[in-house]
Amino acid sequence: MNTPIIIVEHLSKVYKSDLFETVALADISFEVKKGEFLAIMGPSGSGKSTLMHILGGLDQPSSGKYILDGKNVESLSDDDLADIRNRKIGFVFQAFNLLPRTTTLKNVMLPMTYAGIPREKREAIAQKYLEMVGLGDRLSHTTNQISGGQQQRVAIARALSLDPAIILADEPTGNIASAQAEEIMEIFKDINEKGHTIIMITHEPDIASHAKRIITMKDGKIVNDVQNNKEIRYQHKH
Amino acid sequence: MELSEIISESFSSLTLNKLRTGLAMLGIVIGIGSVIALISLGQATQASISSRIESLGSNLLTVNPGSSNQGAVRGASGSRTTLTLEDASAILVAPEITSVKTVSPEFSRRIQIVTGSKNTNTQVVGSSPSYSEVHKLEIATGNFVTQSDVEGMSKVAVLGPQVVTDLFGEGADPLGQTIRISGKTFTVVGVTVSKGGSGFGNLDDIVYVPISTAQKQLFGVNYLSSIALEAKTADLMTTAQNEVGYFLLARHKLSDPAEADFSIFSQQDILNTASATTSTFTTLLSGVAAISLLVGGIGIMNIMLVTVTERIREIGLRKALGAKKKTIIAQFLTEAIILTFIGGIIGIILGILTSYVISKLTGSLFVVSPGSVILAFAVSVVIGIVFGWYPAKKASDLQPIEALRYE
Repeated sequence: MNTPIIIVEHLSKVYKSDLFETVALADISFEVKKGEFLAIMGPSGSGKSTLMHILGGLDQPSSGKYILDGKNVESLSDDDLADIRNRKIGFVFQAFNLLPRTTTLKNVMLPMTYAGIPREKREAIAQKYLEMVGLGDRLSHTTNQISGGQQQRVAIARALSLDPAIILADEPTGNIASAQAEEIMEIFKDINEKGHTIIMITHEPDIASHAKRIITMKDGKIVNDVQNNKEIRYQHKH
Repeated sequence: MELSEIISESFSSLTLNKLRTGLAMLGIVIGIGSVIALISLGQATQASISSRIESLGSNLLTVNPGSSNQGAVRGASGSRTTLTLEDASAILVAPEITSVKTVSPEFSRRIQIVTGSKNTNTQVVGSSPSYSEVHKLEIATGNFVTQSDVEGMSKVAVLGPQVVTDLFGEGADPLGQTIRISGKTFTVVGVTVSKGGSGFGNLDDIVYVPISTAQKQLFGVNYLSSIALEAKTADLMTTAQNEVGYFLLARHKLSDPAEADFSIFSQQDILNTASATTSTFTTLLSGVAAISLLVGGIGIMNIMLVTVTERIREIGLRKALGAKKKTIIAQFLTEAIILTFIGGIIGIILGILTSYVISKLTGSLFVVSPGSVILAFAVSVVIGIVFGWYPAKKASDLQPIEALRYE
């Protein structure tokens, strides 16, 4: 449990246009151990999304080192990076990002298609995870026939489908009603207990309070990094 | 990812947005369909002109006598009297002439024909039975000049429909009736089927009599005004022209082709002249077809560009979930191929159907050239694939996050 799965050293990201340089990340260093549930907080523009995109292999840093599960991401080819996104990371986006007018089952199967898992097996796995997130009766519903909360649960099932080490969630509750948001957080805690590392971005303290560790960012820098005990208190309230 | 997976993924993508897929396909259908229909129309026109010329007789060669030169005075072409019936029979039997199928010796001259109170000035053609074969002449009633008519120098006549109308009235049955040509009485034994045409070269305004009767009894000559030849195949036209030319030179004891007392025209010469005049028309139609292909192509291009641009976010998502660059490109390429292929086939069917309907409505020939089908199909497929592939390639080169955030 104590091996770091993510090591970030002196990571910077600078966006250059003709006239301006925008520093999104300024020399960030931190580690994430296996099995952690980490929330990254901060106001908009603090660089938390940029950090998350780099951690997820969706974007490249301008400088610095990022070691994911022992591999230096910088040295990886585009195709290797695609494999890492496919196998090691599960994404949950604020806007769900499901294929429109496509069944929940097919959506969950998509990453497995790219992993080359045979069709029958894909279907069984997809069904298993959809049942896990409580959508066992919505397998043949298309994504536009279900609510926002349900869509996000499909996205979580999709993220889990290849049993990745890390789940990256970018404002996972940002687009859904608060009652459903709590359900989503319960699922995340469940997943975390099963051993998945979770890194979640949020600007809502309520949501962040579910995490075991909270990093706060501002102006591209980490300004606070604390273990969170409130979470236990929160559970007591139930 | 296996090919079958990519194909099924492409199919489900295409069925996802039926309107978009339908519009993209419509561009291809119209592009291909209109080109095929237009080119067919052009070729049908050309073919109908050619077929009219060919109705004069197929693979036809005509030997005409040359001009008679007396010293420095050059006579009219055809005025020589050196072409004889013997020349014609010699051509038919000569072992060195292998490319000629039928020989038709002919003597024709315009003359006055009388029946009862009516008379007309028309072309009288002295012919042998082979005439109807060489000139593709069909008999409506009765029969054509027979071999025994020629041998017996019979006074029989076969009339063109125009002559029947002029002498006996529209739709009359002249069989068994008599006409007078140059004071001699001829019995009408047949009427030919109309070949159309009008004016001086009217093929229906002709009276056919046996060649022997024409030479000896009507005009008192022993030469021919022409010998018509039918080559065995279209490819043998030039061979036939050469074989007959050298054979007649030798027969007329001439060594220099420049001194030839005859000339040989091939029907090909007439066809060439005709196709030269119709080529202007064809160029015009090809131009219109090229423009529709261009417009169709631009339509395909637009739809493809819009389709892929609209899906850049989807490409970003697929990349985020682990799709490799080549998988993305393979999927979009497959989609473009499926789209252009199905659209192409519908377009071909529609184009052929359109030209069929046009041919039925206008009574023209129904021609579909494989060349135009292949051209239209190839151009649309290439445009569809290039403009489906190119933006997909660009999108797949983006960082996944840029594609995901694309507005």
